[in-house]
Amino acid sequence: MDILYNILIDPFVQMGSAPDFFLQVLWSGFVAGTLYSLIALGFVLIFKASGVFNFAQGIMVVFAALTLVGLYQAGVPAWLALILTIGAMFALAWLVERIVLRNLVNQEEIILFMATIGLNYFLIGFGEYVFGGEPKPMIAAELGLPTGSTTFEPFGGIVIIEHLDVAAVVMAIILVTALAIFFNKTRIGRALRAVADDHQAALSVGISLNQIWVIVWFAAGIVALATGIMWGAKSDVSFALQIVALKALPVLIIGGFTSIPGAIIGGLVIGFGEKLFEIYWGGLLGSGVEGWFAYVIALIFLLFRPQGLFGEKIIERI
Amino acid sequence: MKKLLMTGVAFATLAGATFTTAPVALAEDTMFVPSLSYRTGPFASGGTPLANGFADYFNMLNARDGGIGGVKIVVEECETGYNAQKGVECYESTKGKGALVYNPYSTGITLQLIPKAPVDKIPVLSMGYGLSAAAIGEKFPWTFTYPTSYWSQLSSILKYIDANGGLKGKKVGFIYLDVGYGKEPIPLLEQLAKDQGFEVAKFPVGVKEMQNQGSQWLNVRKERPDYMIMWGWGAMNATAVKEAAKIKYPLDQFIGNWWAGAHADLRSVGEAGKGYKAANFSGVGTDFPALQDVIKHVVDKGGSQVASKDLVGDVLYNRGLFNSVLIAEGIRAAQEKTGKKVITGADLRDGFELFDLSEARLKELGLEGFTAPIKGSCKDHEGAGSVFIQQWDGKDWVKISDPIAPDTAVVRPLLEAAAEKYLSDKPEWKTQTCS
Repeated sequence: MDILYNILIDPFVQMGSAPDFFLQVLWSGFVAGTLYSLIALGFVLIFKASGVFNFAQGIMVVFAALTLVGLYQAGVPAWLALILTIGAMFALAWLVERIVLRNLVNQEEIILFMATIGLNYFLIGFGEYVFGGEPKPMIAAELGLPTGSTTFEPFGGIVIIEHLDVAAVVMAIILVTALAIFFNKTRIGRALRAVADDHQAALSVGISLNQIWVIVWFAAGIVALATGIMWGAKSDVSFALQIVALKALPVLIIGGFTSIPGAIIGGLVIGFGEKLFEIYWGGLLGSGVEGWFAYVIALIFLLFRPQGLFGEKIIERI
Repeated sequence: MKKLLMTGVAFATLAGATFTTAPVALAEDTMFVPSLSYRTGPFASGGTPLANGFADYFNMLNARDGGIGGVKIVVEECETGYNAQKGVECYESTKGKGALVYNPYSTGITLQLIPKAPVDKIPVLSMGYGLSAAAIGEKFPWTFTYPTSYWSQLSSILKYIDANGGLKGKKVGFIYLDVGYGKEPIPLLEQLAKDQGFEVAKFPVGVKEMQNQGSQWLNVRKERPDYMIMWGWGAMNATAVKEAAKIKYPLDQFIGNWWAGAHADLRSVGEAGKGYKAANFSGVGTDFPALQDVIKHVVDKGGSQVASKDLVGDVLYNRGLFNSVLIAEGIRAAQEKTGKKVITGADLRDGFELFDLSEARLKELGLEGFTAPIKGSCKDHEGAGSVFIQQWDGKDWVKISDPIAPDTAVVRPLLEAAAEKYLSDKPEWKTQTCS
């Protein structure tokens, strides 16, 4: 009976007895979910255009953030460093298309996937060679990102809202909205969807595959930069940051690999879910459940909706 | 053109792969010390300064004194990436070159090498890390944890807390990297909690969550521990201190172990980390004649891999340097005992049980006040070394306590029991008898 009480009753008693803390948990889940959405978005963009899971997305986050910080440390003013980093992400997208993807048009998706694994390790080695392994502080204040926090006192308790977290949420919303409009309402967006469906068919109607791939890898690079800035400001910019990108996997399983709204909803489901479970139920399993709980949620979704919440249902006719 | 480019890339890759493991031509009058380093990967922030300090001290001895006892030391790095499997590969690929000792800089790698040491007759020096039970010299003749073990260190930290606010009836939070290293002191912590009447709340941080500790610190806020102790490494440390500051946890009640108190950890946190404390057993800064010699003979002559001269004297740089000091002293003791100039791993094992790093000897070495004295012995492979507590003032680490000796009376029997347990399923294990 104790077990049933601890699972079914006690967590809700805790939520009711400390509502301020419950609000804090919800806010943390919302911020984490937004950031997970941002990471997942980078994967979705490339998957939509090439049908490949970009294994290198995590290191692109690190690479973008290190370029920004590295340029600043080399004496370049913060805003100019940001512009130059955007330029570097464009150069990376162009090089990836030119050296890697162009040679693999119409190859099996697994070949493209393997190519992104190769790209991942190349960027790790190249990044470590250029920037070194030392963690670097993100230039949050220099970029005008807010610091400090505001403390609210609801229900006689306290809720601390970090200004940086608010900025992260706002930046994620702006970026997601802009990308959603770009890919749904513009000609390039429609071309991108055509490329995702069939490379050869898209080529036959005059869509430049090369151009689309550069655009989409560049967009994924911008998302990586935004993710690197926000996550780097929360902790540090180091190569350990690439591991955070793995959080996108369960988000993608829930949201579907091809849906921008799916990435957002999936991120929020994981963000809220893991925080609530870790805080109110995690103790029953010895804490530290956050690392795997996201995958449990994803597996449950897989049972009922293998294509994810917003993914396209693939029907193969025999 | 494409072929040319691909050939170039292939050569560049090959060059990169061999950069850290370049074969070393060993002359007869040299001794070989492999350095299992990690300048890459998620823990490179700690691995890089450790490897720099480690190599620079030996290079200084080579340049200033012509080596040790007239024999130059050859240091060869092998990149492990803090990965146990790669660590074992490095061990296997370098042991045939006459390796004198292995310093794995990873508890995971140490655990893999402990059973290999007696077979290959190459000692393992896991300086202040690894398997705590290896401190029992009778049971682990080939492994050393000088100057102290994780368990002894934990007892020193708890002694500090007890003397500065008391432990009885309090709640101690323990946040740790959820790998072998982080879990190592938990049995002792739980035992001491029972014995000394305090409560423990554990907060594991998975490697994937190192930079994403929001949940752990929400749990800290929920549990409201009176003190927090951290067994962190790499990117985990800075994130933990930032998160602690974010939930307004009093940082002067937050104490890291000696792998959670480096400049690399707190430099990026800056003023926000003011008040955070950490244990340490090696001096900070360059205000030691030996460090000045390193700068003069190695760094200023471009012989160091350190990115900037300002990084010489950092906590982890000096920790790596101290590791080399211990080896050098072991080599000297072995040379004296055997009368040989070029010694073997087995000789060095004996040297590790004979050396005496007294205050007078530390002064001779140009390291007066750098660490508490350590004396090698057959029985005690941890040296019962003390730790001191340092505090981050927003810009630098400041030493705030005298050396704190471990609670040997409590820890030693527990270490002996742990050693017995380790050997219980290893009937072939060779122990030694100490007089």
